[in-house]
Amino acid sequence: MHAAVIQFPGSNCDRDMAVAVQQIMGARTSLIWHGEAELPDNLDLIAIPGGFSYGDYLRSGAMAARSPVMQSVIAAASRGVPVLGVCNGFQILTEAGLLPGALMRNAGIRFVCRTVQLKVENSQSIFTSQYENGEQIAIPVAHHDGNYFADSETLDRLEGEGRVAFRYAESVNGSARDIAGILNNAGNVLGMMPHPERMIEPLQGGSDGRRLFEALIREIA
Amino acid sequence: MKTRVFVTLKNGVLDPQGKAIHHAIESLGFSGIHDVRAGRLIEIEHEPGLSRTDLESMCSKLLANLVIENFEIEQAA
Repeated sequence: MHAAVIQFPGSNCDRDMAVAVQQIMGARTSLIWHGEAELPDNLDLIAIPGGFSYGDYLRSGAMAARSPVMQSVIAAASRGVPVLGVCNGFQILTEAGLLPGALMRNAGIRFVCRTVQLKVENSQSIFTSQYENGEQIAIPVAHHDGNYFADSETLDRLEGEGRVAFRYAESVNGSARDIAGILNNAGNVLGMMPHPERMIEPLQGGSDGRRLFEALIREIA
Repeated sequence: MKTRVFVTLKNGVLDPQGKAIHHAIESLGFSGIHDVRAGRLIEIEHEPGLSRTDLESMCSKLLANLVIENFEIEQAA
């Protein structure tokens, strides 16, 4: 199993993500610099970590989405390679057009950094199959721009097609319909604001994030 | 040559920053303010030959996120 974690200038969850992927999935993990035009062949997972790529200049994720490596990520996603974007990674995936909508400034203006309750909305995806439908899990968030926006037609479509993976079970950032994470149409791309890689063992205060990576092992193996 | 690009949020998109500015203006004692929306001004210095098409392409590919924003291009006379 071979996973890639993409690094942009300003990424700061890349190492945590690499540890989660390595320890839980047992995957060989390559850290890939954003300037690389090509990804290694036969990747089983691409993870786009959190942070503040390019200082979040212009808009969160906007610069990173146009960097050379993202063309290869888009091509890999269209071939069906699983792509997981967390926090800034979610913002990058929407800016790159791999997921619909946009992540705007939190409704309360403030940066939100705490563990929140999430509700698993779709336990059928390759990322969520180790959760129960409707289960509540505790995962930390740490973001300033997590307020998910899409027009109501898009929101209806996401809900109708079961593409809302996670919803906030409490008020966090003003996200449309409390959306915390969404899937692409084919189900191989997940973007989410909460950080599953920060909740993988009891020492971190909980391990609810662990099952997301365990689900991927089953799907990929 | 200089071109100015104005990037603004689309109507109907909530603007928490505009709201905060609105509150701050009122807390300074100014009244009669109905609404405040915040946007971004980008100034581009360029060769005279740069086409309108290229400018529009820059805007839609990078400077504005058309899911939430509109752009306006103001070319200097």
